[in-house]
This record gives sequence, structure tokens and C-alpha cells, in this order.
Amino acid sequence: MLESEVPQEGNVTLGGHRKAVYARGADGKIQIVQSAGWEVEEIVTRQAVDDLNQLAEDARQRVASGETSALEYHMHKARMDVPLLSQTSGVWQWRIRRHFQPAVFAGLSTTQLQRYADALGLTVDQLKQAK
Amino acid sequence: MEFQHSQASHCESGVMSAMLRHHGLPISEPMAFGLSSAISFAYLPIVKINGLPLVAYRMPPKAIIKGLQKPLGLKMRFETFRDPQAGTQRLNELLAGGEIVGMQTSVFWLPYMPEDLRFHFNAHNVLAFGHDSASGEYQLSDPVFETPVTCPADALQRARFAKGMLAPKGLLYYATGKPSTPDWTVVIPKALKKTTRIMLDTPLPIIGVRGIRRLASAIEGLQPDKAKMFIGQVVRMQEEIGTGGGGFRFIYASFLQEAADLLARPRLNELSEALVDIGDEWREFALSAARMIRDREPLATPALANKLRQIADHEQAFYRDLRRAA
Repeated sequence: MLESEVPQEGNVTLGGHRKAVYARGADGKIQIVQSAGWEVEEIVTRQAVDDLNQLAEDARQRVASGETSALEYHMHKARMDVPLLSQTSGVWQWRIRRHFQPAVFAGLSTTQLQRYADALGLTVDQLKQAK
Repeated sequence: MEFQHSQASHCESGVMSAMLRHHGLPISEPMAFGLSSAISFAYLPIVKINGLPLVAYRMPPKAIIKGLQKPLGLKMRFETFRDPQAGTQRLNELLAGGEIVGMQTSVFWLPYMPEDLRFHFNAHNVLAFGHDSASGEYQLSDPVFETPVTCPADALQRARFAKGMLAPKGLLYYATGKPSTPDWTVVIPKALKKTTRIMLDTPLPIIGVRGIRRLASAIEGLQPDKAKMFIGQVVRMQEEIGTGGGGFRFIYASFLQEAADLLARPRLNELSEALVDIGDEWREFALSAARMIRDREPLATPALANKLRQIADHEQAFYRDLRRAA
């Protein structure tokens, strides 16, 4: 990659940051050059983020229709899956899945809710609502 | 001594380059990367990230930190913690003692990261060089950022004690001995040979040049409904913050140029150019994959697989030449 070929088209997922890449200058020396971002990176990052957002949105709608608990929504919102939430909270996976049932979730103790809230970086009140 | 931040392309080599510079041995990021034989390729179908296989374009985390000890006569101390409080306390102690401290963190919990890049990736390296005990904020040198950043104490503790794959367990590392300028004619050829061994001779078919071919076959065999997420993941691993466009190939090419000067071996300059061309091929691969994801080109997994096989052939030829030149 030549210095003049370093992508500068911008990448919204970088949030205005510029990254450093190595490219060949006019004198043939490879050196560090700042890049405002490459469209390719934007496409693949958006693809992953959109996929995760879609999971959260699906869950939100299922919470609204009473098919799942707010826990599932917040798990996806935190870009986690059941195995990761299990490791972070120390709750077994089968128990987490059981807590996706709205009736079971509604009966959870404050201690148990606090564990989930800590793992997800939320307060207990935030955890109870799917928004 | 005042700590100097500088931006790097990759977090681990950037952290080590900054740390060595701070300890009086100015070494560029590419030199830190090349000397620790950090370039590689691995396709790990069993290790899943969000249900998709892991593809790595470099050696596993900590390979650079550990790999620099022997050639530079450097002693690094590593500490992990079971209790997050203890980990934070130890960090404060070290900072109060004037140490600069490397840490392994999860990108997801670092508030200064752009929102869209905050995935659960647990092997991001940053340096801490200051702590404001009044506000509790830490001054961090994150090598992929242009300037130093600050981070609140609770967020940093979360990031250091995130769970999941490659969990950092609060890992701290710092230098305990002074590094010394090595005999380049010994350490560089050694590092080059190690790299060629990994890329050409690893007995596992998923590591090195064979790993690239294995990935090509996997892409060829994808079901159309799964294909876009899969190739997106492959490109993301290649392009995600810090590395950019087959970035490790370009970093290593820069290292080869430095090595050519230090050893007075112009052959390494030629090889550096060959590797820049290979890096550009990785970029072309990423570009056509991204176009397929966005439906600007029809999805054609065999074409992508063929591109990868071509890259594998070129990398194989490159590392064979490098072996002869080392």
C-alpha cells in the first residue's frame, strides 16, 4: 500500500478517530500514516453491530408480547450471549434460560436480580424494564 | 521520566514499543512486532466468537510481550488477580511508585472506545501511566488512539476483570530489568527463522500457510444463508481497529526494511516489497468480500476461496525466500 493509497474516505464506526496504518512513502520507506477509515471496515463493522442490534430489537418485541423476560433483552443489548452472561454473572446457563420466562423472572429475588444487574452494568430498576 | 504517548497500528506491539522507549531502549513498533515473531495465520474453527470461527493474522495474545524478553534481555513481571479490588489496589501501588503498567482489558467496558467497536474482545492491551486519586481517573496510553485517554476507576476494573474467552483476570505487566540493545546480527535472523517455521512447518493444518488454504475450503463450502456473516467475520478480524487492511503484513514489511538496514542485507528490502504486495492482496480480498456483503457484487464464495488460495501460494513462496535470506 502506498501512502497515497491509504484510505481516507471515513468510517462512522470509528467515531471520528483516526487510526494508524503502515504504508510505503514516495522514498520507498514504509512508515506510519494516519487513516480516517476505510469503507470496507465500516461495512463489516456495521454488519456485526446491526446483527447484534437486531437480536436486541427482536427480544424487545418479544418482551412486549410477554414471550420472554427483560433479561434476554438486556443480555443482547450488552452484546452478550448466554454462555458469556453465564460466565460473567456466575449463574448456570440453564438457569439463565429459565429466567427468560417472564413469570419466573418476575419472581426473582433482589439478590439474584442484583447479580444480573452487576454482570450487565445496570441497576436493578433498569434491568426490570426492556428499554 | 515523563511518559510519551505515541500512536501505533496494533495494541500489543504499540504497548511494548512505548514501554521499551520509556525504559531507555527506543524500538519501533514494527521492530517489536518482528523481533517477537508475531506475524502468523491461524484459522480456528473450534473457537467460536458469536458462533463464528476465530481467524487470527498474528500470534496469540502476550506473544509479543513474552517474545521480546529473550532477545532484549528484558525481564517482564506478570500479575493476575482473583479479587478485582486487589487488582485495582496493586495497580494504584505500582503507579504511585512511578511504574508504567501494561494491562489486558476488554474493549467492551472501555468508555472511551467508539460505541460501534465495543465488542466483547478481551485481549486489548493498554498502558496506565497516571492515576488521579482525587477523581479516581486513570491516565491511559491506548496505542491505537492518537492521544492519551482517561478512564474512570470502575470502568477500568470491569474491563480488566471481564469474563469469557481470553479473560484477562486483571493481568498487569511491567518491566523489572533494563532492556539492552541486542546484537542485531544474532536476534533478527533467529526471529525470522522462527516466523518461517511457524508459517511453513507447523504440523497442524489450521496454522500458517496451510491454515489459509483450510479457510479457503471452508469459505467455498459455505451455505448461502451463512456465507455473509462468515466472510464478514473473516474480514473484521483482519480489519478491526488497529490493524487495517492486512495490516500485520505491512507492519512486518516495515520490520524487514529496518532489518535490511541493520544487517546490511538488501535482499530483505526486496522481500519487504513482496510482502507489501501480499498485504495488498489481503486488502483486495477484504474489498471484494465487503462488496458481496453489500450486494454490490453477486455473492461468489468460490471466487473468494480462489483469491485466498492465491494469497496462500504467494505467502508460501515468500516465507520460503525469507528462510533462505535469514
